[in-house]
Order: sequence, then structure tokens, then C-alpha cells
Amino acid sequence: MIDSASLLAVLPELILTAGGLILMLIAAYGGDATARIVNWLAVLTLAAAGLALSCSLAHGPDAFDGLVRADAFSVFAKALIYGAAAAAILLAPRYFSVGGVPRPEYPVLILFSSIGMGMMVSAGDLLTLYVGLEMQSLAAYVLASFMRQDERSSEAGLKYFVLGSLASGILLYGSALLYGFTGSTGFDGIAVALSEGVSKGELFGLVFVLAGLAFKISAVPFHMWTPDVYEGAPTPVTTFFASAPKVAAIGLTVRVAIEALGPAGLQWQQVVIFVALASILFGAVAAIGQTNIKRLMAYSSINNVGFALIGLATGTPAGAAATMSYMAIYVVMTIGGFACILQMRDAEGRPVETIASLAGLSRSRKGLAAALAIFMFSMAGIPPLFGFWAKFLVFDAAVAAGLTALAAFGIAMSVIGAFYYLKIIKTIYFDEPAAPYEARGGAVENVILTACAAVIVFGYFLNPLLDRASAAAAASLF
Amino acid sequence: MIGLQHYMVVSAILFVMGVLGIFINRKNVIIILMAIELILLSVNINLVAFSAFLGDLVGQVFSMFVLTVAAGEAAIGLAILVIYFRGRGTIAVDDVNRMKG
Repeated sequence: MIDSASLLAVLPELILTAGGLILMLIAAYGGDATARIVNWLAVLTLAAAGLALSCSLAHGPDAFDGLVRADAFSVFAKALIYGAAAAAILLAPRYFSVGGVPRPEYPVLILFSSIGMGMMVSAGDLLTLYVGLEMQSLAAYVLASFMRQDERSSEAGLKYFVLGSLASGILLYGSALLYGFTGSTGFDGIAVALSEGVSKGELFGLVFVLAGLAFKISAVPFHMWTPDVYEGAPTPVTTFFASAPKVAAIGLTVRVAIEALGPAGLQWQQVVIFVALASILFGAVAAIGQTNIKRLMAYSSINNVGFALIGLATGTPAGAAATMSYMAIYVVMTIGGFACILQMRDAEGRPVETIASLAGLSRSRKGLAAALAIFMFSMAGIPPLFGFWAKFLVFDAAVAAGLTALAAFGIAMSVIGAFYYLKIIKTIYFDEPAAPYEARGGAVENVILTACAAVIVFGYFLNPLLDRASAAAAASLF
Repeated sequence: MIGLQHYMVVSAILFVMGVLGIFINRKNVIIILMAIELILLSVNINLVAFSAFLGDLVGQVFSMFVLTVAAGEAAIGLAILVIYFRGRGTIAVDDVNRMKG
């Protein structure tokens, strides 16, 4: 039965769908000349969908007989996703206009991907989960190979496609097993069946589902696609991959682990702890030898996902809230970081990606150097920047849940991680200057950069708001 | 009498063949696309078998969704393969190495 309350609960998705389809028609009939207007209209559509979130919350939490959940958790995640998607759209035109003309398909694909991500975080059923995940992924495969004439971009798209499809297959196989052994595809039904004891078949299903999700959040041992895809994809697309889909996949993982697999907490807790530790360790160690800044950001994102998973590993409301706060702060740091990376252009305006080219940036571009330093210090978790608070929250939750060893390991590893962040700052401020970059960045880039830097520096004033929102989000899961 | 276990064994074998097809295959990318389809079809066998034995229609609806999405996925996969081939003139797996890793 489709009733109006259900339709109002998915109003953000409806707005994005209608907006995406209309913009696609404009792009199809108007050609490349419409790129500029489509870009801005796509951002407006995302803003409208963001405003509609309050309507969705009012008509939740259950819609379509439990297939979709419009609760505080999904609203929190969607607000982050829409914001990150809008930033990825705004940052793009300058980059794409260097090698040719910006194309209007880019914002349209991001809109379609956002619909999928919205479905992921508000899934209440394995079926919704799968369809949402595929909607997000299919658009993302195309985005990764968006620069058709560039060999690295098409190779990134191919790798992402093959490994992403494998991940979907693994996740689907686990979903089929869970369905067969619990007799339900709804998260509630699965939780009820699991609370009567976990059978072998259910355990297999659980492990397969978690493995598929680990692929999507690029956690070790399923991270191998990340560095190649991040390096090969056009930089605005990498910005997008590192922010919005990460939030969606982590949100989905938290929801599945707590709502559907909650009664099997003892079983998945070990898996999540292992994945978190491995991601933190590998992300920190493997990043040290990198020379390409996008590859470095890929390892940094693996590392950050590990920290976010520490919150989930506790299995407590405080832990889930810490994970979501971590993702909120991580998204701001990442978008700011990539807004800096997008400004790394040589005198002719072509993008540069080597870390060595950053040398002496503090002399030629003081503002950019300071901003990059802020984001790197924040990612390294150095107080008083906001990145410290993110790490503090997850460690606090871990200690409160009795996982002191895990927290201690995480803190030790964040020191190793700090090494490569600080190395970049050393390159910027103390190395002999390399060839200078383009004299000034784009206006939009600078605005986003300044906004992110302001949030990172003065983030502590946002703490009461962030705490309340993430606590409400986590409470709606339990 | 063919029971649920038989279906599950067939499905598991197909799934493992699909995964091995992706990782062991050194020839060309088309075979990888076929292996991905094999994985999805193994899941469908599972879903339909569970649905029949549970007497519950949801599994069959699910398998319809999987079929639809698989078609879209294959279309996008082939499209990416075409632009890759245009740029490189080969689709051998060993040549997918423009970036290390």
C-alpha cells in the first residue's frame, strides 16, 4: 500500500529524482553549453532535497511497510551526503574546463548517485539496501571514467567497476543466506530471528554482508581498489568518492550492524574490531612512501575509516554517535583538503599531483599553504583543531565500552599517521621552492576552502549542535 | 529427492567459480564480466530456492530486482570497457597497469 505519509517520508529522494531527470533532459537537448546552468540547478536541487529532510523526518520513521526508514539517523547522514555532493559539483567546472569543456552529465550523475546514497542510509530491508547501493555504485563507475580520453581515468573506471561488482555480488550472496536462514529480508525480521540464536548459515550470511560492506567503505582487507581509483579518477570525482559515498557506506554499515545484526553483536564485534585495527595500521604505514597526493589521500581515507569503525565496534549508542560525528568532521576535512589539491595547478593551469611540487608553497601562495596545513594538522588529530575532537569521541566511546586496548592501539597508530601529514607540512614550509603554481585559485574553490578551514579551526563552537544531532541519530537506531 | 541443500551446493559452486574467474583469469576483461554475471546468477538460484522452500514470495521478487540491476550493471561495464579499449587498443587483464597496484 502506498500512502501519502510514505511518499512524504521519501520527499528528498522524489525531489532528487525529478530534478535529476529534468536536468538530464536539459543536458541532452542543450548539449555542453548548458553545463553551467545545469551545475547550479543541480546544487539547488540538492538544497531543496536538504530542506525536504525535515518533512521526511515528520512523516517517519517507517515508510512503505518498513522498506524505508526516515528517522533522525537517515536525516543526519543525508544532510552530510547532500552537502558533500553539492561541494563536489561546485568544485568541478574549473577542473574540467582545463582540458576541454565542462559537461552537464557530471552534476546529473552526482544527483543520481545521491538518490542511491539516500536510499542506502534509510534502508530498512535488504532489498532497499541492495537497490540503493547499486544506484550509488552504477553512477560512481561512470563518474570514475568520466574523462573518456584519459587512459588513467578509464582504467580507474574499469577497476572500480570490476571490484565494485564483486563486492555487490558478495553482499548479495550474504543477503540471500540471511534471507534463507532467518526467513525475512526486513531488518526487524532478521533481528528477531537472530535473537533466538545464531546458526551457522546466518553466521555465513553475516560475514558475507560485512565483507561486501567493507569493500564499499574501503576498509582493509578489501581496500585494494581505493588508491588506484582515487589516483585515476578526475580530482573532483575523487573529492566526491572520498566524502559522500563514504558517509553513505559507513551509515549503511552502522544501520545494518545495529538494526539487523544487533542480536549477533558478539559475532560481528570481532570482525569490526579486526577490520578497524587493520585499516588504521595499513592506512598509516602504506601512506608513508607515497609521492602522489591523491594516492596519499586514498590511504588517509582508509586510515580514517578505521578510526570511524572503532565507534561502531563498541556497539553502544555513544559509539554509534561517535562514528557519525567522526564522519561529519571527516567530510569537512576531506572536502577542504581536496579544495586545496584542486588548486595545485602549474602556470598554464594544468593539474599537478606530486607531493614534491608543493615544496615552498608557503612563499608563493601563503593562504593556500596555511589552509593545507590546517587540514593536515586536523587529520593528524592535533588539538585544538576539529579533527582531534573526532578522534577523541571514538576513543572515549571505546574506553567507556571497555575496549581500552583498542583505543590505546588507535592512539599509538595515529602518531604514525601524523608522520606523513607532518611531512607534507614540512614540504610546504621548509623545502626549497619548486616551480610555483598558478597565481590565484578560482573564486568558488576559495569560498569552499575558507568555509571548511573556518569549521575546522572554530569547530568547538559547533560541538553542542553536533553532539545533540549525532546522539539523536544514534538513539533512533536502538 | 532434490532438497534445499542441493540447490545451495550448486549455488555455492557457481559463486566460487565466479570469484575465481575474476582473480585467476589473466586473459581478458570480457571473461571478468561473465564471472560477475555468474556470481549474480548463483545468488538468484539461492534466492529462488529459499523462496520456494520457505513458501515466501519475497525471495522471488528479490531475484527479479537482481536480474534487472544485473542488466544495468552489464551495460555500464561494457560501456566502460569500450572507452578503455578506445584509449588503449587492448582489453588484456595484464595490461591494466597504468597505475601501480
